[in-house]
Amino acid sequence: MAIEEIKDKDYTVQYDPESSTVDFIGLLSLGGPKEYAPITDLLNKIADSKPEQMTLNLRKLEFLNSSGISMLSKFVLGLRKKKGIQLVVLGSNEIPWQGKSLKNLQKFLPSLKLEIE
Amino acid sequence: MQKVFGDYIEEFPPELDSLEMIFSPTAHSIRKRWSNNRLSAQFIADYCSTFLPVDDDNPDGDRRIKESKGSITYIANELLENAMKFNDRESKFKVKFCIYFIEDIELENGSVTVVLFVTNTVNPQGIDKFQAFLTQLLASDPEELYVTQVEKSLEEDSEASGLGFLTMINDYSAKLGWKFEPLSTEPQIHTVTTMAQLTV
Repeated sequence: MAIEEIKDKDYTVQYDPESSTVDFIGLLSLGGPKEYAPITDLLNKIADSKPEQMTLNLRKLEFLNSSGISMLSKFVLGLRKKKGIQLVVLGSNEIPWQGKSLKNLQKFLPSLKLEIE
Repeated sequence: MQKVFGDYIEEFPPELDSLEMIFSPTAHSIRKRWSNNRLSAQFIADYCSTFLPVDDDNPDGDRRIKESKGSITYIANELLENAMKFNDRESKFKVKFCIYFIEDIELENGSVTVVLFVTNTVNPQGIDKFQAFLTQLLASDPEELYVTQVEKSLEEDSEASGLGFLTMINDYSAKLGWKFEPLSTEPQIHTVTTMAQLTV
């Protein structure tokens, strides 16, 4: 499978099937679920392929609005039903929103591995 | 009739530092100007950072500025996104954004309270539902409500509502307040001012 990419002026979301990693880069502040749908669909497609591990790398995501946080929260909560996928979320202490909001994701999926550095 | 919910400051002393911005969301489609919300929020945060009493010799100063700017950008963007989304375009009302700086000498290490608020019109049909949600929000445990709203959105395949407010409260320890005011009766137009108080 080739690398898949969703890209706009301010952000890139890139999926590497080799490592089952989705890199989020830039600034994401889309208008709502409709605008986030391509990203949601990509994440769900990966989860449906049932990888043992799936990584969301947010270390270069400098901004995420509440609609984006909502999108991630919903995806993470949905994984509870898809057992057998270890979700890893990579965050950065250098990016203020991540230190504040990423810990919330663990409430939805206690098995989630959150690696903030 | 006026109605106030939550923590709302009615008046500010005129000598306080402040900034006001006016937007005309009728001028372009919401979609076209959407990224302007974030750009405006980033500008507001940059502007605010000059009001922070940071000691240049303090190595933590840079970090504090970065954290404060991050918080202000997030909150200003949420307030603007909401105002643009819900402003009743039939009303031809301009969205007004304000920010005030209150230096609190009683707080340690020279903290500043930043008060951000935005005024927009609301569709008269939507007011009751909005006010009912605010009543629920203010009576709830916001951490629990956050989880409930996301669970509900997954069940109903809808957008989790109120997550902007809830993240401001839970993640940024912001105090929120709302004021509803009638603007005209014919046609019936109401405005809502949403206020967030943030200590940086």
